[in-house]
Amino acid sequence: MNALELSDPVLEISGLSVDYGFGPEAVHAVAGASLTLRSGEVLGLAGESGSGKSTLAYAVTRLLRDPGVITSGSAIFHGKDGEQDLFDLDEEDMRELRWSQISVVFQSAMNSLNPVFTIGVQLTDVLRAHNKGMGRGERKRRAAELLDMVGITADRLRSYPHELSGGMRQRVMIAMALALEPRVLIMDEPTTALDVVTQREILQELGELRERLGFAVLFITHDLSLLVELADTIAVMYAGRIVEHAPAEQLFRNPRHPYTEGLLGSFPALHGERKAMTGIPGSPPDLRQLPPGCPFHVRCGYALDVCSTQVPELLPIHWEPTEPRRAACLLHTDGFEAPESLKKTPETTAPRAAEIGSAL
Amino acid sequence: MTETPDSTSGAAETAADAPAAPENIVPQNVVPENAAPETDAPVLEARGLVKHFPVRRGWALRGAYVHAVEDVNVSLHSGKVVAVVGESGSGKSTLARLLAQRTSLTGGELLWHGGRVPKAGRAYSSEVQLVLQDPFASLNPVHGLRYILGRPLKIHGTADGASTDEAIKSLLERVALTPSDQFIEKMPHELSGGQRQRVAIARALAVRPKVLLADEPVSMLDVSIRLGVLNLLADLRDRERLAILYVTHDLASARYLADTITVMYAGRVVESGPAVTVADSAQHPYTQLLLSAVPDPDRDGAPRLTGAGSPPSLIHPPAGCRFHPRCPFAMAKCKVQTPPAFAVGDGHTSSCWLHENDQNAQASPAADTAGAA
Repeated sequence: MNALELSDPVLEISGLSVDYGFGPEAVHAVAGASLTLRSGEVLGLAGESGSGKSTLAYAVTRLLRDPGVITSGSAIFHGKDGEQDLFDLDEEDMRELRWSQISVVFQSAMNSLNPVFTIGVQLTDVLRAHNKGMGRGERKRRAAELLDMVGITADRLRSYPHELSGGMRQRVMIAMALALEPRVLIMDEPTTALDVVTQREILQELGELRERLGFAVLFITHDLSLLVELADTIAVMYAGRIVEHAPAEQLFRNPRHPYTEGLLGSFPALHGERKAMTGIPGSPPDLRQLPPGCPFHVRCGYALDVCSTQVPELLPIHWEPTEPRRAACLLHTDGFEAPESLKKTPETTAPRAAEIGSAL
Repeated sequence: MTETPDSTSGAAETAADAPAAPENIVPQNVVPENAAPETDAPVLEARGLVKHFPVRRGWALRGAYVHAVEDVNVSLHSGKVVAVVGESGSGKSTLARLLAQRTSLTGGELLWHGGRVPKAGRAYSSEVQLVLQDPFASLNPVHGLRYILGRPLKIHGTADGASTDEAIKSLLERVALTPSDQFIEKMPHELSGGQRQRVAIARALAVRPKVLLADEPVSMLDVSIRLGVLNLLADLRDRERLAILYVTHDLASARYLADTITVMYAGRVVESGPAVTVADSAQHPYTQLLLSAVPDPDRDGAPRLTGAGSPPSLIHPPAGCRFHPRCPFAMAKCKVQTPPAFAVGDGHTSSCWLHENDQNAQASPAADTAGAA
C-alpha cells in the first residue's frame, strides 16, 4: 500500500460536477467529486444506482450524452505528452487520446461488438485506426496475441460474436481496450451481467494483466464486497458525492462514513453465525428532490440536527489526520464526537469473521 | 457492523431474530386465518420434474430440445424457505414456473398436500403465487396501487365493495408500506424499486396463498434495500407460515434467508441440504467451484478456482454427470452414468459419484434412466 501512496498520479479529477438538464430543472448527478488515480492502482468506485458513478466515468471520458453537461471541475491526465486537462481538449484530440491512453469497458460492452464482422476484423480495425504504420501481417499477429492475453485461443479470430459466450465477448472487449496499451482502463460494471465463475476468471486475468502491463484501473461497481478483494483503494459515492475514500482493507474493516457502514452491513456473510441484518432503512435518494444538508441524513442512524442544514465536505478524519483516508461526515470533524462503531481502528477491530468461522 | 442504524421498517424489526434461529418458528400472538396446520407433510412437492423446450429456430436443430430441467425433486413445507441456487441457464427459473404451473410438465408430477394438485387456473393460483424479478416491469404503470391490489381481491372474491379498501390497506401494512392510507393512493412510478417489489409481494399475498414462489426477487434492487425485502420474506415465513421458494444466483443471500438450499447446475440438482451446511461444507464439486468464485472480503489472499469453463449447451447436454467436462475430479464413470443423490449428511445430499461409497448412500428413483434422455 505504501508503494502506491508514492506512485505518481495518472488521472486527477477535482471538483467535477455534472448536471442533466439546465437551470432550476437540472439534476445534479455528480456534485464536486474529486478523485486521484495513481499509476498501477486499482481504484474502486462503489455506489448504488443513481449515485453518479457511471456519470462520472462518462464525464471523464467525455462520452456524456445530452442532456448531460459538465458544469465545473477538471480532469488532469498525465499522459505520454505531459499534463493535459481532458475537459480542455478538442473533440479530435480527445478521440486520439481515448482508447490509446484511456480506454473504457462498459457493462453492456459485450453487446457492442458488431455482429456482422469477425472478432479478428474488429480487433485489427482498432489497430489500423490508431496505428497507421502497422502492416497487415503484424496487425494480425498482434490481434492473436491480444486474444491470447485474455485467455482465448487465436482460432477464435475467425469467429463471429454470436459464436462466443457472454464471458468470452467481454474478454474480447477487454483485449480491445488494452490493444493500444493505455495507461488508464475505466471499467463500468464490467462483470455484472456475467455468472460468478466467469466473473472470477475475468477478474483474475485482469489482475495478471495489470501486473504485467502496469496500467491503472478505475473499477466501477455496485458490489462493494467484490471491490474489497479487488481494489487497492475504494471511493464510495452517494447521491452524486464521494462520501468516503480509503484504502480497501481499512474501508472494509473500519468504515468511517455511516453509509459505508450500512452498505457493508447489507451483504450477508458466507461464513460464521447467521445473524439478522437490517440493510439501510429508507429508500435511495431521488436526485430531483435531495434533502437539504447531508443527502444521507434521512437514512442515517447517527444524524444530528446540524446534518439537515450543513453539507459535509470530503475531509481527512479529524481525530486521525495522518491516515490516508477521507470521509464526508460531520461526525468526524472538529467539535463532534463520532460513535464507537465508526471509530474502530485496526487494534480494536474484532477478529475476522473467517477466523471465527473456522474456530467453531 | 453490530450497530447498524435501527430500521424504520416494521418488517425488518419483526424479522430480526428469524434467520438466526429458523427452528424456533413459533407463530406470534396473531395467527392469520390462512395459517396452515403444523404438519411435516410438504404443502407442494415436485417429484422428478422434467421440462424440455422444443427448439423452434434453425433447420439444423429441427426436432431438438433444450433440456432445461431434468429429474428435479423439491418439497416446500409451510413455514420454511427453500432456496434454489444456480447460475443463468441452470433451470432455476424454469423450475419456479413449473411449480407455478405457468408452463406444462414434460415429465414428473406435482403433489398438493400429498394428493392431486389443483388444475392450473384460479383454483391453483389462489394457493400458489409467483413473484417475479423485475418490479419495474411487473406493475402496470397506468394504474394506482388501489387498482393493482384491488384486482386480485375482486377476482378471487376475497373482499368486495366497502371492505376492499380496508383489505388493501392491511395488505400494504403486511409488507411494511406504511402509512397505508397514503400508499394506497400512489402510482408505481412514485415508488422506489424496493417499494415496488413490496407491492408485487402484497399483490401475491392478496389471494391468501400458502406457497410463494419468488424468482430472484431482490437481484434488480439496490444493495441497501435488498435486505429489507429478504427480511420481509423471512417475516412472512415466520409469522404467516408461508412455504417459500427463493430462486437466486446469490449463495450468500440463500444462506442468510433459507432453511434449505438446493443447488442446480445445467438443469439438474447437484446438491441439497440445510442452508448453513451446504454453504459451509459444500460436498459437490460444482458447489465448491461456485463458493470459490463468490466475492468474499474475508477470504485470505486470492481465491483458487476449483474448475473452469462455462455451463454446457442444454440442447446436447453432456452424457453422465453434466458437470463432468469442468470437474477436476471427473472419473470414467462420470462420463457415462448420471449420479443419483447420495446422502452425505443429515438431510444433505450430493449427486456426485465421489460420494458413492459414503454410508447411507441412497439412490433416487429414475435417476439412471433420465441420463439417457
